Amino acid sequence: MKRFLLPLGIFALVAVVLGVGIWRSPEKGVIVSPLLGKPAPQFSLPNLTDPAHPVRSADLRGRWYLFNVWGTWCVECRAEHAMLLNVQRSGRVALIGLNWRDNDAEALSWLQQLGNPYQTVAVDRSGREAIDWGVYAAPETFLVNPQGIVVYKHIGALTEEAWTREILPRLPPPVASKS
Amino acid sequence: MIRTGQVLVLTALLACAAAWAVDPTHLADPKLQARYVALTHELRCMQCQNESIADSPVDLAADLRRSVRELLEQGKSDAEIRAWMVARYGDFILFRPRFIWRNAWLWSAPLVLLAIGVLVSWRIVRTRAALVAAEPDGADGEP
Repeated sequence: MKRFLLPLGIFALVAVVLGVGIWRSPEKGVIVSPLLGKPAPQFSLPNLTDPAHPVRSADLRGRWYLFNVWGTWCVECRAEHAMLLNVQRSGRVALIGLNWRDNDAEALSWLQQLGNPYQTVAVDRSGREAIDWGVYAAPETFLVNPQGIVVYKHIGALTEEAWTREILPRLPPPVASKS
Repeated sequence: MIRTGQVLVLTALLACAAAWAVDPTHLADPKLQARYVALTHELRCMQCQNESIADSPVDLAADLRRSVRELLEQGKSDAEIRAWMVARYGDFILFRPRFIWRNAWLWSAPLVLLAIGVLVSWRIVRTRAALVAAEPDGADGEP
């Protein structure tokens, strides 16, 4: 019996190491953003709906916002749109859009047809801004805190589950409507 | 007239060939071009994860190649460009992983396994040698 103890022990050790590697890897298959816990990129970008006022990261300081990367060419973005409208209706956090590699006219008609959940939409036609955020597939959504730190990233269509489990608990409690 | 038409068709066909090439970028400086080719082949296209940005036809890969080109032209070193990419996309963007504390166990695993192997064979050889030494008449067993 004793002679099997060592190989068995080694096997158990390897199994545990591999098992931990598989099960503990955060959100299997999803790439963790190196931006988490770090300051969001600084930017000053054209404003889709109000060309006179560029969208600047400095102006967003001091409050929570969701930074949502989308494009009219993106199928999943259409799927998540209803959820974005729900988020806007909840009034819990401002939605800032990043219209990625798109066409202004098409983006505007998209918002007209489906409703505009965004407080502001920044335009990134060249795709440079998206690279600074480490975006690799739209839609992606970042939660940024009042200090300008990225605290959470959701890859793919924003879901009810991600909203209630990941985003709402990170936000400050809602302000009472009456004072 | 016909000649002009033929020339136009030929030109159009030639343009097609250029469009089929995934990456038509050509930097004036051959040294920069060589570094550009090397770098774009060792950066992962995050969208189509088993292709390098040099081989991938998707828009994001083209944007990332443009970034590499611009950084090269700004005089950034290869290490600086890799760090720039890792800061945005994480270590996953590198096809050749760096040695960092989080993957140190992975890098050292072959050495550790080799050491264990050497230790085990050394122990086996020693016990066998001791057995042979204890039975000088021969290892056949029956005297």
